[in-house]
Amino acid sequence: MTRRTLVTGLGVTAPTGLGVDEYWAATLAGRGAIRRVTRFDPTPYPSRLAGEIDGFDAAAHLPGRLLPQTDRMTRLALVAADWAFADAGLDPAHLPEYDVGVITASHSGGFEFGQNELRALWSKGGQYVSAYQSFAWFYAVNSGQISIRGGLRGPSSVVVSDQAGGLDALAQARRQIRKGTTAVIAGAVDASICPWGWVAQLTSGRLSTADDPERAYLPFDERAAGHVPGEGGALLVLEDAGHARERGAPRVYGEIAGHAASVDPRPGSDRAPTLQHAVELALADAGLDAGDIDVVFADAAAVPDLDRAEAEAITKVFGVRGVPVTAPKTTTGRLYSGAAPLDTAAALLSIRDGVIPPTTNSLPSPAYDIDLVTGAPRPAPVRAALVLARGHGGFNSALVVRAADTP
Amino acid sequence: MAATAFTLTDLKNVLLQAAGTDDAAALEGDIDDLRFEDLGYESLALLETAGHIERTYGISLDEDAFAAADTPRALVDLVNTHLSAAGTVRP
Amino acid sequence: MTAPSARRVVITGIGVTAPGGQGAKAFWNLLTDGRTATRRISLFDPAPFRSQVAAEVDFDPVLSGLSPQEVRRMDRAAQFAVVTAREAVADSGLAFETVDPRRTGVTIGSAVGATMGLDQEYRTVSDGGRLELVDHTYAVPHLYQYMVPSSFATEVAWAVGAEGPATVVSTGCTSGLDAVGHAADLVREGTADVMVAGATDAPISPITVACFDAIKATTPRNDDPEHASRPFDASRNGFVLGEGSAVFVLEELGHARARGARIYAEVAGFATRSNAFHMTGLRPDGKEMAEAIRVALDEARLNPEDIDYVNAHGSGTKQNDRHETAAFKRSLGEHAYRTPVSSIKSMIGHSLGAIGSIEIAASVLAIANDVVPPTANLHTPDPECDLDYVPLTARDQLTDAVLSVGSGFGGFQSAIVLADPERRSR
Repeated sequence: MTRRTLVTGLGVTAPTGLGVDEYWAATLAGRGAIRRVTRFDPTPYPSRLAGEIDGFDAAAHLPGRLLPQTDRMTRLALVAADWAFADAGLDPAHLPEYDVGVITASHSGGFEFGQNELRALWSKGGQYVSAYQSFAWFYAVNSGQISIRGGLRGPSSVVVSDQAGGLDALAQARRQIRKGTTAVIAGAVDASICPWGWVAQLTSGRLSTADDPERAYLPFDERAAGHVPGEGGALLVLEDAGHARERGAPRVYGEIAGHAASVDPRPGSDRAPTLQHAVELALADAGLDAGDIDVVFADAAAVPDLDRAEAEAITKVFGVRGVPVTAPKTTTGRLYSGAAPLDTAAALLSIRDGVIPPTTNSLPSPAYDIDLVTGAPRPAPVRAALVLARGHGGFNSALVVRAADTP
Repeated sequence: MAATAFTLTDLKNVLLQAAGTDDAAALEGDIDDLRFEDLGYESLALLETAGHIERTYGISLDEDAFAAADTPRALVDLVNTHLSAAGTVRP
Repeated sequence: MTAPSARRVVITGIGVTAPGGQGAKAFWNLLTDGRTATRRISLFDPAPFRSQVAAEVDFDPVLSGLSPQEVRRMDRAAQFAVVTAREAVADSGLAFETVDPRRTGVTIGSAVGATMGLDQEYRTVSDGGRLELVDHTYAVPHLYQYMVPSSFATEVAWAVGAEGPATVVSTGCTSGLDAVGHAADLVREGTADVMVAGATDAPISPITVACFDAIKATTPRNDDPEHASRPFDASRNGFVLGEGSAVFVLEELGHARARGARIYAEVAGFATRSNAFHMTGLRPDGKEMAEAIRVALDEARLNPEDIDYVNAHGSGTKQNDRHETAAFKRSLGEHAYRTPVSSIKSMIGHSLGAIGSIEIAASVLAIANDVVPPTANLHTPDPECDLDYVPLTARDQLTDAVLSVGSGFGGFQSAIVLADPERRSR
């Protein structure tokens, strides 16, 4: 029999809150954190808003020896991992040594660390490049540092599939648990709000140029004109159901029940896009019908073509206004690979509390036949949720979570 | 004078900047002859430290001698040997 | 132990872009001749750097079949991947139009992504490091695709027409092993029937050379570039940076047999573990690599004695080669002394995330040709490295099962077992 994978711990670092409780309270209240960039002067650039994390004091949480060798995203990830294990009541040191792994997604690595070393190289010379540059910027760094800090020797990995990667990491963790690993900390935290990261993001052509935080990131709205970048994400403790039961895990948020990923045909192809197919495969993988899904956490690109494609895929699977759809990432901005694990955390909290958090700021366009939850949080029994994530180049990833007491 | 151009205090400052510390108190007191390893600094931290020293003082530390300098006193002596050889005064 | 899956995964197509010659054939000739492709860096002026040698690919993207727009939008590493994937697909003889695109996926390993493109573009937008607020008006339109190397996976997916799961695996220097291991898992579990899987890296750029200088990981043997990569030799003093790509067509065994495909080898077992020790350092006992080897053999249902050849990580750093030797003894026991072990990095350098896949290519070709490639430049073995490293000259021997391993910054330790599927069924 296939081993079931439960989520037994959450660690959240989001612009709207450090820690699960702060994040969830802000999300339900629809409190946004988007504002003018403070990390650098955004005046010269066409996009000037971001979802930044305030009040994160890395030195208060991490050993001093780690600070010179870590990018901001790694510091946030290390703390999110600590919080997730604490939430799970799980100390990896008490498990057999190869029983716990770490699988993260990355979007652009430690881009700010890389920026500073590139600047040292080109302004002063190669001998000014830090020894830590050999790993502090690269895509694998969060998994590596979390592994070292936690003594995690089990199967570990790092996936990069643009902004869909966070779900692929959770799926990869479930795959390892099915193959026999007891627990995997999985998810993603990204942070690239620095001038070099900003300039690279701008070339995506998908950043909002609005200056009003309430009109900047408006998915499924007729005014949709791009997104606002944010920083942060979530790490989740995924655990074999039998192990969680035997140790009496203090919290079981739900089960990772299904997943599928696809990539769209090349631009200009006459073949159909594949998001709908990924959704159908994820439902089948979970053994659920469309009618079993109580809420969809949308990717919500806020680019008209992409919004239309997503709305159409949802409508084809669930029917016209057939399922509540929400995008609480309108409060944080898009956290790149961190966004989907954070949405997964929100979906699990929706299951726990029987409430769907709202999409803020957007006025749903009548052009899309979806039931977008806006305004106040919507009370509803939530037994199963679908989380969607997409990335540049046509990545699609779909994850189904459901209540843990599902037989 | 070149022989005292680089001091233990200088080294502590470089270590703090290049490698940080888990426990500031650990660098207090008489650490001259403690091994870097026992102070919590492994090879990577020391390489970063060496890079800082080389850039600040405009010297190039002999690689084998550097690898053998496993205590603060040994490293301070090594740096001063290079400074004397280079005739460099402290910036 | 998990129950063995009924679905088996085989390699039916190989593409290689490596220093010393483009294409799998030129690559194999170089290895079996024991020639080295290491030289003084020509991609930029290496004079200011401590290590000035590398193994470079003589690569012309246009002659390699890329369209003008593909050349413009792709970093060198992506170009390698697409060209190499096309070679693998052609070699497989698989008519991709007959395969369900949604059951075809892509997994590309890369440690450092589009480093070369990022290095060059940063230099421009910062005006040589002068501007802290870098100038977006000088950014190339495809800079986002350099920033996020998952573009490598979409480029390959577009090139071959895949619409199934696509991703980049980036686990430092084990990326090339882990990407193939991941792809094999997807076929075995039934998510895909065909995977185009491999790895690419093109790290020979000032920023990479500078950071390896800073940790003294690369060799300073600048006066003798052809003999600079010296795994297991007593005189070794660091690795030689390389570049390149290898890509495979992985297929479910029944799928491959049904179309009468040439089957090079089965991906019989794979495992990865972490040392949870140090971002760049290795513990001398090789315990975690030994555990990965043990689990990979277990998955392959093979015993240590079944391994005919070990394709080593053999980077040529003091630390690595001893670590690995210890891991082989720990996992293979007495058989470690009897089986040939070699490092092709002695000839083509260390291409970071790509090398794991390039080493799989060497392993698979060893099975296909019954030849074990040598370790070049090995004249005086390190007394602490006391196995049979196949010095200097390739060796003809029946080769049915090969173990290939890798170590990556971040503590990743991976092992893959490749085997002739006929052998396993008899």
